[in-house]
Amino acid sequence: MTDPKATVSLTIDGRRVHVPAGTSIHKACEAANIDTPTLCWAENLTPVNVCRVCVVEVEGSRALVPSCARAVEEDMIVETDSERVRHSRKMVLEFLGSGVDLSQADELAEWVDHYGADLDRYDQPGLPAQRMNEKPKIQDDLYIRDYDKCVLCYKCVEACGDDAQHTYAIAVSGRGFDARISTEFDVTLPDSACVYCGNCIGVCPTGAIQFKTEFDMREAGEWRPEDQSVTTTVCSFCGVGCNLELHTQDDRIVKVTSPTDHSVTQGHLCIKGRFGWTYVQPPKRR
Amino acid sequence: MADLFIGPDYADGVEIAAVTAAIGDDPAVVHETERLVIGGGARRHERRHLLLPALHALQRAKGWISPGGLNHVSELLQVPPAEAYGVASFYEMFRLDEPESDGAVTHVCVDAACQITANEDLIAEIEAAGGRVHRSPCLGQCERAPARFVQGVGGPDHVPADEVVVERKIPQQGDSALRLLKNIGLVDPTSLASYRQHGGYTALERAIELGSEGVCDAVVESGLSGRGGAAFPTGQKWRAVAAERDRPKHVVANCDESEPGTFKDRVLMENDPFAIIEALTVAGFATGAENGWIYIRGEYPLATDRLRHAIDQCRGAGLLGADAAGTGHAFDIEIRRGAGAYICGEETALFASLEGFRGEPRSKPPFPTTHGLFGEPTAINNPETLINALDVVLHGAAEYRSRGTEQSPGTKLLCVSGQIGRPGVYEVEFGTTLGQVIDLAGGITGSRNLAAVLMGGAAGTFVGPEALDMPLTLEDTRKRGTTLGSGVVMPFTDEIDMTAICVRISEFFRNESCGQCVPCRVGTVRQNETLVQIQRTRGLTAQRRDLMGDVGQVMADASICGLGHTAASAINSALALGLIREAV
Repeated sequence: MTDPKATVSLTIDGRRVHVPAGTSIHKACEAANIDTPTLCWAENLTPVNVCRVCVVEVEGSRALVPSCARAVEEDMIVETDSERVRHSRKMVLEFLGSGVDLSQADELAEWVDHYGADLDRYDQPGLPAQRMNEKPKIQDDLYIRDYDKCVLCYKCVEACGDDAQHTYAIAVSGRGFDARISTEFDVTLPDSACVYCGNCIGVCPTGAIQFKTEFDMREAGEWRPEDQSVTTTVCSFCGVGCNLELHTQDDRIVKVTSPTDHSVTQGHLCIKGRFGWTYVQPPKRR
Repeated sequence: MADLFIGPDYADGVEIAAVTAAIGDDPAVVHETERLVIGGGARRHERRHLLLPALHALQRAKGWISPGGLNHVSELLQVPPAEAYGVASFYEMFRLDEPESDGAVTHVCVDAACQITANEDLIAEIEAAGGRVHRSPCLGQCERAPARFVQGVGGPDHVPADEVVVERKIPQQGDSALRLLKNIGLVDPTSLASYRQHGGYTALERAIELGSEGVCDAVVESGLSGRGGAAFPTGQKWRAVAAERDRPKHVVANCDESEPGTFKDRVLMENDPFAIIEALTVAGFATGAENGWIYIRGEYPLATDRLRHAIDQCRGAGLLGADAAGTGHAFDIEIRRGAGAYICGEETALFASLEGFRGEPRSKPPFPTTHGLFGEPTAINNPETLINALDVVLHGAAEYRSRGTEQSPGTKLLCVSGQIGRPGVYEVEFGTTLGQVIDLAGGITGSRNLAAVLMGGAAGTFVGPEALDMPLTLEDTRKRGTTLGSGVVMPFTDEIDMTAICVRISEFFRNESCGQCVPCRVGTVRQNETLVQIQRTRGLTAQRRDLMGDVGQVMADASICGLGHTAASAINSALALGLIREAV
């Protein structure tokens, strides 16, 4: 066990940084005001360090190191903007962008620009780069899964399993580029163990899993985030006291999230909080 | 874990019987009454490692894993069906859709050593006769290319080449200088008595005299390093595990030999299985581990049978069990079969696979010596390394160091195949030159000139004819930018289309990437696509060269494990040597 009061000193990009023992390099960078791109990392999930977009160079380590999962060590020397780091981050973004639809991965767009990633250079004449090539799975009225947008960050699997819901309705199946998030034998969600907590929607960074409401509005060209407001309230269904963030557009609720820093939910909800708001507003009449 | 949701499909009698025969029918959780449930998270955790054997049983019974069969196993072991499906779909040997026809499936190798033989004719021949063919990655039978492995349905798997009785098992048969191969052809691999007659189990006796610390010291002093490719000092590994106070501890024999071009461990396991059991027992004694495991690739049925038989005989003779061979120390060995996944030869992926999860490697640190199998302290070695350790224990570090070089002591097994006169496993002292090895193996075949030698397998590099004077040691190969890896030496003459070989190597990595991390999952695909394009158009443009350089660098820098780190090395060396040509 590390002493919770111990402090570790390390050097990040030439600057001396002091953080509590057990802190990740990523958090130490944050403390030093250094922005790090992340994709598979989330505050409320166990790090799986698979996307490799947060890699940094650590002196003495042959390969680059995932900053989200590696704890700081005394006198570690970390480079977050070396040529190797920039190259790897750029390439990871290019790899994802060349095979996956990142059009709704808003956080990544900035980093694509920042590292000058060229998402189109892998298409060759007569041989387009292999893509996910998946059609949206629309199996109920609550949420959809569009795996053409899936970067296989494992977040939904973690939220469905050990990190939040303990339902285990989905897992990674297949291998290599053919790996997909899937139920057993790809059965539909209503036929699976899914309990519709929607925690997978909450953690998905690319819009691969989204509310049916959002999906339909986007399809109809009616999705306008700039016209949306967020109202924080408390769920009215039971006494637990989960905070809800109601996202509204044109005075109608379009989706519901929960703040990841809320002590009760840590961002996770149940079916009632996530989807039980329809009684507030009668179905839209056209 | 919450109560599991299991779908409406049920297993049939054949499937249930097969699973019961493999892992028993003891449920992980028993609902005695509404309030009394026996078995919880801990018991589920304990039984999860039976998932892989259960899936093997289903596959063999029906030729595929049906939804009902998967549900049965999921319920029995309390593994969520989605996770069990994720595990089953990870492996090459498991099918999850019902095959159109019954009967065995013949796996035919399409990797380098077989690619240059008439393997395509063999595939056509089997298909023409109505047989089912699976184009397989390296089957570890490169010395008898083109390699075949028959996956049985309702019956056992077999390798057709095993049915042919070959008189001379290894080319160096009878050479008195052999250390690692000395028993082959001499000891009956099915008889413990024969093994003991030829000095078997004297190393364990000597180990008991030395004490566990003494064994670790001897192995450290010998300078023995791992023979799987990474060359980590074995003694250091054993010492680290011996120093761990956490219990239980494990020693694992990594018999998942899958590096294209590698077959030495198969030859050892098939012909000298008792030595591997003895060596694993010595490792268990030295490290204080009570559990021994053998994880062997699924395509090695003969080696599996021989090891299983050897374990049974040793257990019967008291050499394994509560007081293993009078060590005063409990030690036993379990065998697990892999199911077709190169990545499971990576140590942390092997642990995940054995534990019943997808064979996905994890980041190191922490290292296996502290967090290995089941998160417990583990020493993991391959058969060649283990057999070396027997030699060290028996004859002492000084005697061991009298062979080889200062930095690479001892002898090395080389898997020589490709365009060579007498392909096979050769044992040579470290420091023997590449040219001497090729001569020893009968020289290159054909009248053409040597173009390149693939060193260390698909994860290794090509070297040109100018490297024939290179002494085969860890230090010299490193100096020349190549590697001994798992001991592959595969010569090609200039009549071979090396671009095609490289395309296949890139396809191998594309198929074998576990898919966990982005650099490797996508990088191996982009590398393969670029090479296919170069092959189609014969256009090795500067832009494509840059692209492959960029892809190779991110795989080497940012991948989680060694597969990604080395997925571009053979291709890069081929480019540097000019083997991938603009035009032929």
